Amino acid sequence: MNQKNLLTYCLNTWCPGCPNFGILEAVRGAISELIEKGISRENFVLTCGIGCHGKIVDYLNLNSFYGLHGRCLCNAQGIKLANPNLKVIAFVGDGDAYNEGISHLIHAAKRNSNITVLVHDNRNFALTVSQFTATSPKGFKGSSTPKGSIEEPFNPLELVLTSGATFVARGYALKIVELKDLIVKAIEHDGFSFLEILQPCITFFDTRKFYEERIYKLKDFDFSLKEKALEKVREWDYKNGDKKIPTGIFYKVEKPTFEELVFKFSQF
Amino acid sequence: MSKDYSILIGGAAGQGSRLAGNLIAKIFNRLGYQIYVYEDYQSLIRGGHNFSQIRVGEKGFQSRREKNDFLLALDKNTLNLHKKDLVQNGLIIFNSDRIESKEGVGVQIERIVKEMGGIPIMANTALISAFSKIVGIDFEILKEVFTTEIKKSIDLNLKIAKKTFEETKTLLKVKKLEQKPKILLTGNEAIALGMAKAGLKFYFAYPMTPSTSIMNFFASRESLNVKVIQPENEISVINMALGAAFAGKRSAVGSSGGGFALMVEALSLAGQSETPILIVESQRGGPSTGMPTYNLQGDLSFVLSAGHGDFPRFVIAPGDAEQCFYYAGLGLNLAWKYQTPVILLADKDVSENTFSVDEKIFGLIKPENPVFWDKKGEYKRYKITENGNSPLAFAGEKNAIVKANSYEHDEFGVSNDEEKIVEKMQEKRLKKYVAMTKEVEKLPAIKVYGKNKSKTALISWGISKGVAMEVAEDLGIKLIQPIIIEPFPTKQMKKTLEGVKKIFSVELNTSGQMAQVLNKNGIKVDGKILKYTGRPFLAKEIEAKLKRIL
Repeated sequence: MNQKNLLTYCLNTWCPGCPNFGILEAVRGAISELIEKGISRENFVLTCGIGCHGKIVDYLNLNSFYGLHGRCLCNAQGIKLANPNLKVIAFVGDGDAYNEGISHLIHAAKRNSNITVLVHDNRNFALTVSQFTATSPKGFKGSSTPKGSIEEPFNPLELVLTSGATFVARGYALKIVELKDLIVKAIEHDGFSFLEILQPCITFFDTRKFYEERIYKLKDFDFSLKEKALEKVREWDYKNGDKKIPTGIFYKVEKPTFEELVFKFSQF
Repeated sequence: MSKDYSILIGGAAGQGSRLAGNLIAKIFNRLGYQIYVYEDYQSLIRGGHNFSQIRVGEKGFQSRREKNDFLLALDKNTLNLHKKDLVQNGLIIFNSDRIESKEGVGVQIERIVKEMGGIPIMANTALISAFSKIVGIDFEILKEVFTTEIKKSIDLNLKIAKKTFEETKTLLKVKKLEQKPKILLTGNEAIALGMAKAGLKFYFAYPMTPSTSIMNFFASRESLNVKVIQPENEISVINMALGAAFAGKRSAVGSSGGGFALMVEALSLAGQSETPILIVESQRGGPSTGMPTYNLQGDLSFVLSAGHGDFPRFVIAPGDAEQCFYYAGLGLNLAWKYQTPVILLADKDVSENTFSVDEKIFGLIKPENPVFWDKKGEYKRYKITENGNSPLAFAGEKNAIVKANSYEHDEFGVSNDEEKIVEKMQEKRLKKYVAMTKEVEKLPAIKVYGKNKSKTALISWGISKGVAMEVAEDLGIKLIQPIIIEPFPTKQMKKTLEGVKKIFSVELNTSGQMAQVLNKNGIKVDGKILKYTGRPFLAKEIEAKLKRIL
């Protein structure tokens, strides 16, 4: 393995043209930038769950723990507790974090664990050949719901905000420069940082046109107020329709982190 | 005859009979007796019926006696339920403010507490004091124990004790023994101390009886320098612990069968990612919720086979507090040496009962280092080596990229399912099992008690070993206790069984799970002595069943 290169020798098996490539590019850019800013490369640790998103840790030549479906936020918090000097970045999917591992997401946000969560939200279980997830719109036609799913989606940003996250943002996988900046800011945030990445699944749920007609970047938004942040994240409710979709940072405040509080009175 | 007394103290939950039982145990410990306290309580906070049975003797009995010499009743229920279990000439001491009884000695413990200006819970102090005076224990000893053990309002408690002592008459004289007091620990306290001594840094747990007191013990002993983390559920518990171990810190988790069931997916992750972890599984009566506060040894088959896929594990079942300390420490060291899960299988009675512990045991455990990366060349997390163990490095180490993986992987830890690589990696983990099997034969994997040359042997494990030991000594037969059960110590067992013609297994479950393990390893038992009422064996129950089948 070439230590200088941020990519491994691992053959990339995402579908040709998958927006995951955009996320990979943005992550590489963000980590290079942070290394230039002085964070040692060996202090980055990635964790991931199971799904298309998980492959990203095989492609990145950095410390990693490739965990179980839905559980990698737990691995990430354990790593951060064991060595608070590490920058821990958890890659998760929508099925992974919003279905299987939803309790861990809520509690990690609640305790303000100082980790970064990047959600590859393609709004379906893709690697198992397309079934609906918590963010699939009602009527989603997948292999288990050929007539369309009967469940309404939930809004993960609203959930995470009300659970106690201190950094909440949304990016788009195909706006790589903006996404890279959001990833840098999420990693630099002291506390639980949550970045939802809208990632069209070009094979099973091609939302490129849908997003590109609706997304807009937040400008001069005061992200220090929770009520305003809630109002903003509610602008789009993950349903189909004409609503605009804001991207950028909705909320960012400073609060003592879980790890700081755990070690506050200790000579560890 | 060596001195051997059994004292039963009982009351409703909230009356403090457990604490009182503990104090009585400490008094007898000061007198040089060996102690065993059996705790019987219900899953409720107030009311009901709880009791502690304190066995004190010159010899270290670790089983409850059927008949008690002394019955100490805080409430009427205790008197009614346990009167029949008194030896002839046994003595009842009761709370005469609540109970009317023609037999025994009534003490107005509540009246005395009120007169001295105490609160209701202090009735225990008065009862212990009355008992001590009746059996001829010096007030100085009582005072010493109270002063060390009672944290709140010690002066008031001593005043109550003194007043009761003065009002009560001595009826007999319990002998002081020429033995040094030992340390009294519950199995769970000993497990916590053993893990801490072996370098534990984090204990992750979600509360579940009977494992909960491990986390509470760590939380109350900050000087042990083990951080207690209580995540949202058992799935998070073990996955956090694996994260912490991956980053280089010794971690353990604890639960009972139901909580362990939730951890099983990650048990397999520990096996595949080769992440060290010590899992304490303290059994309670199952299946399902079963009996939260009563005991069965019904999870042995489960912990031996839990987890999808093939991966090596140790399963170790201690049977008393000394063993809890030693094997918890050993278990944590083994987890790191072999980078694989170790399950310490306790049970409700091993976990929560109190035992005399020889402090010499504390010197036997220290943190043992696994093989670390030599910092030469490129780091490979899953480097193929002769014994299957790859040198360890942790995230944060310069010039190393540490990649752990739940997915099948190559030596660097990058996912891979090509035939040749899969085969090599499966064999790598198998090689560890071979090395672990050799290691087990060098460790104290089984213990033998009773008459070594006997042609008849009992095989018993966990808490049942204590009572089986008493039976073996009574009947002049042999007792074998398997402690390390996986990998199975085939050679040691074969040697111990030389000359043995008949084997009987003794365990608290319906199917004879240890007998099944023995059978799988080529040892056929001639009979199974089983009990599955949630309560421990009495020696006479085993003896009666043995006589029927011998």
